[in-house]
Amino acid sequence: MNFLLINFFLISLLLVTTFFIFKTTSLISVVALTGAFTLLCSAIYVNLDAVDVAFTEAAVGSGISTILMVMAAAKLPEGKKNKLINLFPSIILAVSISLILIIIIANLPLLGDPNAPIHLHVVPEYLKESKDFFHIPNVVTNILASYRGFDTLGETIVIFTAGIGVIALLTSNTLNRKTNFKKNNKKNER
Amino acid sequence: MVGGLFIIITSQNYLKKVVGLAIFQTAVFVFFVSLAKVLDGTAPILTKIANAYSNPLPHVLILTAIVVGVATSALGLALVLQIYRNYETIEEKEIQSLELKSDK
Repeated sequence: MNFLLINFFLISLLLVTTFFIFKTTSLISVVALTGAFTLLCSAIYVNLDAVDVAFTEAAVGSGISTILMVMAAAKLPEGKKNKLINLFPSIILAVSISLILIIIIANLPLLGDPNAPIHLHVVPEYLKESKDFFHIPNVVTNILASYRGFDTLGETIVIFTAGIGVIALLTSNTLNRKTNFKKNNKKNER
Repeated sequence: MVGGLFIIITSQNYLKKVVGLAIFQTAVFVFFVSLAKVLDGTAPILTKIANAYSNPLPHVLILTAIVVGVATSALGLALVLQIYRNYETIEEKEIQSLELKSDK
């Protein structure tokens, strides 16, 4: 009961944060609210017993990503109070997607049901065997590094590629496509 | 989650679009982790006292996905910065009007 109450409270806070991110125009407050959003999410993860995920979200999601966004927002101009675009079709899209999601969620097993199909396949073996195989009590670490080690390798490759992409984007000055933008670009080089 | 999608589509500012993408992603993560919850279970760290654990598999998937999500948003931010260098604005309508002017 307590668990559900805390969860409800945190999720309503998330909704409020999303609403204010939508409302506000100042970029730096958008960034700060995003940090708050991810921090709230890590609180939800703790509540859902996913301590490793909460740790990563707090460090990477609300730490590094907020730092990156602050660095970007410092270089960008202040946001303007512009009219929203595509308002009507996006309302239709949002409402229909949320209806579909509600229908799907109604068909899912109940929250915390120990006999849900997700808990019956593969995972019992992981929980039983991993201690004897690897002598580490943390099952998440065992799966991440040992059982699913190749996934983690793929993740590292993705990050490496993203790093190359970021460096290539930020150092190249040849992306200007028309001559009248070239002039602006020269002025802007730092 | 739908709120994030809404922000992506409706806001003109490109930085806000990147933020909307991040929110969208995080909402999906919360959904995934909520599937892993077992009532009366504890975190999947093996101890002698606990007898039920949450499902560790979605945790692993989301752990990977969070880091990849940060990589994608970093790439998006780099794109936004490069757009700003070229157009001196990151508002969608202004870029469109600049494009139309340069086509004439």
